[in-house]
Amino acid sequence: MTHNTITIDGQEVPFEVGQTIMDAALAAKVYIPHLCHYPGLTPHGNCRLCSIEIGKKSVAACTTPAVAGQQISSNTPAINAARKSITQMLFIEGNHICPSCEKSGNCKLQAMGYFLGMLDEHFPQFYQRRKIDASHADIVLDRDRCILCDLCVRASREVDGKNVFAIAGRGTEAHLIVNSSSGKLVDSNLEVDDLAANICPVGAILKKSQGYDVPIGERIYDQHTISEIGLQESIAKESKSDDN
Amino acid sequence: MNQSISNNPDSKSVHLLHRLYALQQQHLCISSESMQQVANEFCLPVSQVTAVVEFYTFFSRGPCGRYHLLLSNCTSCGYLVGGENFLLQFTQALDVSPGETRSDGLVSLGETSCIGMCDHGSAMLVNGMPLILHNADRVNHIAQLINAKTSLADWPAEWFQVHESVNKKGLLLNQNFIPGLSLKNTLAQGANEMLETILASGLRGRGGAGFSTGQKWQFCRQAEGAGHYVVCNADEGEPGTFKDRLLLRQHAESMLEGMTLCAFIIGAERGFIYLRGEYRFLLSDLQTVLAAYRRAGLLGQRILGKEDFDFDIEIVVGAGAYICGEESALIESLEGKPGIPRIRPPFPVTHGYLNQPTVVNNVETFVAAAHIAVHGSAWFKTMGTTQSAGSKILSVSGDCELPGVYEYPFGVSVQQVLQDCQASDAQAVQIGGPAGVLIGKQDFDRQIAFEDLSTGGSFMVFGVHRDLLTINRNFASFFAHESCGFCTPCRVGTQLLKNNLDKIAEGRGTRQDIVEIKRLSELIQRYSHCGLGHTAAHHVIDGLQRFPQVFEENLTQQSFMSPFDLDKTLEEARQITQRDDAAAHLK
Amino acid sequence: MSFLDMDERLVALLEQVEFNRSPLTDIKHCGSCEIGLIEGGVCNAENVKVLQEFRANCKTLIAVGACAINGGVPAMRNHFDLKDCLQEAYETGIGVTNPQIPNDTELPLLLDKVYPIHEVVPVDYYLPGCPPSADAFLQILGPLLAGKEPVLSSDHLHYD
Repeated sequence: MTHNTITIDGQEVPFEVGQTIMDAALAAKVYIPHLCHYPGLTPHGNCRLCSIEIGKKSVAACTTPAVAGQQISSNTPAINAARKSITQMLFIEGNHICPSCEKSGNCKLQAMGYFLGMLDEHFPQFYQRRKIDASHADIVLDRDRCILCDLCVRASREVDGKNVFAIAGRGTEAHLIVNSSSGKLVDSNLEVDDLAANICPVGAILKKSQGYDVPIGERIYDQHTISEIGLQESIAKESKSDDN
Repeated sequence: MNQSISNNPDSKSVHLLHRLYALQQQHLCISSESMQQVANEFCLPVSQVTAVVEFYTFFSRGPCGRYHLLLSNCTSCGYLVGGENFLLQFTQALDVSPGETRSDGLVSLGETSCIGMCDHGSAMLVNGMPLILHNADRVNHIAQLINAKTSLADWPAEWFQVHESVNKKGLLLNQNFIPGLSLKNTLAQGANEMLETILASGLRGRGGAGFSTGQKWQFCRQAEGAGHYVVCNADEGEPGTFKDRLLLRQHAESMLEGMTLCAFIIGAERGFIYLRGEYRFLLSDLQTVLAAYRRAGLLGQRILGKEDFDFDIEIVVGAGAYICGEESALIESLEGKPGIPRIRPPFPVTHGYLNQPTVVNNVETFVAAAHIAVHGSAWFKTMGTTQSAGSKILSVSGDCELPGVYEYPFGVSVQQVLQDCQASDAQAVQIGGPAGVLIGKQDFDRQIAFEDLSTGGSFMVFGVHRDLLTINRNFASFFAHESCGFCTPCRVGTQLLKNNLDKIAEGRGTRQDIVEIKRLSELIQRYSHCGLGHTAAHHVIDGLQRFPQVFEENLTQQSFMSPFDLDKTLEEARQITQRDDAAAHLK
Repeated sequence: MSFLDMDERLVALLEQVEFNRSPLTDIKHCGSCEIGLIEGGVCNAENVKVLQEFRANCKTLIAVGACAINGGVPAMRNHFDLKDCLQEAYETGIGVTNPQIPNDTELPLLLDKVYPIHEVVPVDYYLPGCPPSADAFLQILGPLLAGKEPVLSSDHLHYD
């Protein structure tokens, strides 16, 4: 296989032809912030947290192919400031009130806020009111917390082979829908062990009766940064692919 | 209802958007049951059908009225043009609120983005047909006709008359187009030679981005695929543009031939015209032209008797979504999906419709290509500038005496256009629509050309009496409404920008809000996924730079103001408790 | 109250500061202050008035805790219309006797929503956490009292 290199913040990073900048970076243990990317799923590029700069142009690392010789800036004050603003946008667009959310401590949006040193939400809130779907015996869908990252949509389609979710509506009306005649989760074939039921980075898709199995303070992002977990996810995926 | 769906004889061959349109027409809404039925018919997940229904403005899940009025909110053909507020007048005359259907189900009222009637002034769509609003008397007359349940066919015909005012003809519009000639020339020269001609002409895409048409065709031709496709982008959605309406009505032959010779060059057998839903009224005439071309052997099997030259064109009508003017969103829509722009690269020339090599060009580009095939590349280059060969057809609207279509050689100055359309008191011109450039007097000597002021055709004049902040608010609201919602900076950012401008207009803006608007504009522009986001804040950035006083004048001297009116936050509680004492109010 | 978690370190702090209006002093209207710490979301008319007065008197205002910063748990009512909340509480809820929505002019009216502090008055610094730890308080207050720019370290940055 041909090995080429790109340069991220001065560090040489090897890549294989066909890899995106994100793939190459994570494989080289260079963390680029991301929320809508998950190793192994088709990249989507909607959250824009992984915005990087090649020359004067800003692109999403998760959807841009690595090309030999690319000079990339990622961890700069200006880009991190933009990432923080984007994170704040996601916070105010939905209802992300951590103390009242079961996902707190395991939430990637929250962890992204920590990682980027976000102290406040800056923008005025949208006071979103989307429909909650608690019809499923084991899973609840709280759309007010959905960040439209599309991970559950792709996980269901590409890994679970089910196609349970989709995103409908335009602009700020965009919302997660369920692929069943009633539009309710109970009439879908979603099961608790599906990747789609487990991949939600925030508290939009939650498993019932497990919310406080691990106490607040002992959860993932109480103990690790999102960069550590992001790199781990990538390594886990790679070793899994190697096994196959 | 189910009966009517399953009885549809050729539902399988019908395009999803057309199927949904038929349901919307029949039932005035698309119910959950209908969506499930359509999903079964098309073997699609019901979630995809739902996503499509919820994406496009002209589909609704709840019932519309038997008379469905959609008033344009464009700055040139919108309901506020001419100092009236036609939306408010309809609200009162019909006793129905915008966005709602009257309880008797007779009428519903709403707003929609520019419907391409900017040369006619205030206009609306009634059950999809454009109607010129003219004055308050007409509003009342319409209300009477609706309340009397008068069939649209019995409404005064002149209200529906769409005139084409061609105020200046140039290189293309002056030509007498002889049907079939461009195709005969193409066959005589051969594909290689004709591609060379197009390349040599310097023709660049007329949508505004200005990519070399010849190169696009060349890339597509070289790309390998199971099939190649030609798509004509007739989704003229940029507010202020209507010149494609003229071309589609009076120059459809050259457009079809431009597509067909492109097909010959790239090796395509199928083509599409993606017609914006607002132009549905042009559909039957276009189909007549297509049928005539098929009869004349200029379309279909063995075109002009040439063995293996098979090409036919299908018209797909959109359903109200500005973003579908973006080529990859348009392709998604063609494929029966919500119009969400794809990740690029790969570009449509290699991975377009059904992931096959696809050329997407603007109506005007195909028209120009057909004329180049007839007259040659040298003829085309006699006009324009070195970097922008040929002519540009402009849609001129707004505060001028002679709105309409104007064709100029590239390089024409803004001043010249203003003179010709008799805009005597222009303070600003928006070139290229809300996504384009806002210029003031100091820039009126600049040129319309790819290297200076590029435009897909929109040229909107704002006279001295216009409040430019209102224009900026209108554009901000347009983008917030039309953002597809895919990426964070555009989805959330365009809404925040709109809210910020509204705050200033309401007299609650501070200096800090200006700082905030600048920061937000840069974020949206720099970090969005597609062209809509990249251009959505242009008008604000231009406004702040060129017309800072417009914003300054409206600022309060206070250093901080809440994003909302504090006293209004108590209104609900006041009503519930029926209190109005001093403590029930806030400053 | 988590302010008191500073324990003995509070003594050292008290050598530098004097409390004006606080839960400890029971002063109803504060005078001119260097630093104001404000917690809680803005729920009713009285909250707005107190907050505005507080802001006017404090050179530096710090929004403390999740509720102050984004509305917090009380903001869960934002998912519902105010009317529904009041009806449930005072008219239709289980166990309600003498159903009637209170309308005494002595009572502050509820805002349509619970708002974060920074949407009502300008805020200078934010101290997130539910609650913020004693160390977090010190990290902000220490530098501020010394006339320096405070920085909250990542190990004290929490939203819950």
